[in-house]
Amino acid sequence: MYSRAYKSLVSIPPIAWVGAFLLLPYALMFVHSLWAVREGVIVHQWNWENYKTLFTNALYAEVLLRTMRIAASVTLCSILLGYPLAYYLAFHAGARKELLYQLVIVPLWVSYLVRGYAWKTILGSDGVLNGFLQYLHLTHEPVGFFLYSPFAVVLMLTHIYTPFVFLPIYAALEHIPRPLLEASEDLGAGSVQTFWRVILPLSMPGLLAGATFAFVLSLGDFLAPLLVGGPSGTMIANVVQSLFGAAFDWPLGAAISVGILVITISLLFLSELLEKRWAFK
Amino acid sequence: MRRSPLLALYAAFVFAFIYLPIVVLVLYSFNRDGVGGFPPRHFTLRWYTELFADSAIWDSLLNSLMVAGASVALSLALGLLAALALDRTDFPGKTLFRRLVLLPLILPGIITGLSLLMFAVFAGVQLSLITVLLGHATALVSVATTELFAGLQKLDRVQEEASLDLGATPWQTFWRVTLPNLRLSLIAAGLLIFTLSTDEIAVTFFLIGRDNTLPLEIWARLRRGITPEINAISALILVVSVGLIVIWYHLRARSLGSGSQELL
Repeated sequence: MYSRAYKSLVSIPPIAWVGAFLLLPYALMFVHSLWAVREGVIVHQWNWENYKTLFTNALYAEVLLRTMRIAASVTLCSILLGYPLAYYLAFHAGARKELLYQLVIVPLWVSYLVRGYAWKTILGSDGVLNGFLQYLHLTHEPVGFFLYSPFAVVLMLTHIYTPFVFLPIYAALEHIPRPLLEASEDLGAGSVQTFWRVILPLSMPGLLAGATFAFVLSLGDFLAPLLVGGPSGTMIANVVQSLFGAAFDWPLGAAISVGILVITISLLFLSELLEKRWAFK
Repeated sequence: MRRSPLLALYAAFVFAFIYLPIVVLVLYSFNRDGVGGFPPRHFTLRWYTELFADSAIWDSLLNSLMVAGASVALSLALGLLAALALDRTDFPGKTLFRRLVLLPLILPGIITGLSLLMFAVFAGVQLSLITVLLGHATALVSVATTELFAGLQKLDRVQEEASLDLGATPWQTFWRVTLPNLRLSLIAAGLLIFTLSTDEIAVTFFLIGRDNTLPLEIWARLRRGITPEINAISALILVVSVGLIVIWYHLRARSLGSGSQELL
């Protein structure tokens, strides 16, 4: 029904855009990672040294491992908060469902920076939490370790990503045909059994999508560590950011970025494969 | 629906976790004694008056609004074409194209930001609000595409077929049938993109030139130490973004039906 001219008119500009502003920049990133810095200048000397450095220098492995640990903690915490919330909304909220759903969705889109800043004011040594604890006479002097720790990073990122994890899980739970649950009960399963053997497996694709989202976005976050993480909360993206800034080693920074990109795409791929396996047929 | 007080209690706890920091932030923007301590004691509007006299903040807001306006226009135009291409055409590499368009949605901002920084250096372009705009558009075309694709899927093709059968050219059909039918989706997607662009920081961080956007201006101040003035501007940002997001949500529910809870 659509003419050839129509089809090329709608497809060529976005394809050109993707080529120019996504593919080409990614290619440039890869090319940079094969160059080197000599005396403060980037030289076009092709080599694999940057990747060798990444694999041999223990410092990078250590930061990457810490980053993975933080991202995994964020993912786990977001699921522990988001899944029961989604379950409650899907099966128990009744008439308030729509309103509660909106209450989760709205903060999802609201300023990352503002929400991160809120945690900074709460966790600081003269922050709201310390003031509160002293007010209750639970502590007598400020507790220093709330802010500037991996814990603070996990807390802030969990706050950011819980709604992201909630959303696909809720969608999956809403799509479960209700007669299946009735059938499960009629056949004698209790609600716990119904949850483990019907609801959880059927919500797996949503759970996976949400977990992937939280993990991947935490993995590449550099703002939370700067805002609330301090030196002990430094993550891999902070290393990249400093290599592109003060440390001036773009090629090495590019190599790490390529690494992040590869990890991200592999995880997306893996999660898609698993989602297909778990998909409800 | 069965009663389950424990689950309800847990849900209330999660809501408290999501909202408490936001409430605290707004509350302390009215606190005379600064950003910390407990309880907040003396009500004051001083931080807001200081904020209104702070010209650097307003200059950066103006920059943000310009970037966001242009991002909306650019992302919607490209997103609409991409959505039409995905909905109505077939070409080799279409799956790859779809994945690439949507990639920035799930990619950490640092990757989008840095790859475009290298592109700017490669092309010999000075960093400025224009590069920031290109970054935002690249990241947000993904949002426009998913939102408008969902809108197109809901569209009744019969009207377009009728228009073409009755002798309208494809061009006329597009302007007089397709576009008006997509109106709500376009407005909704535009609002969302506007909000995300004015709040964006990870991509902007690497592409900013001499003129700051509002989030970057706030970021720079955070490094110098925090004052309740930042609480005040944050509270205003919250009010405006929540307002825009609520409108977006309702428009979207009207155009797609309230049962659409897919991610984006």
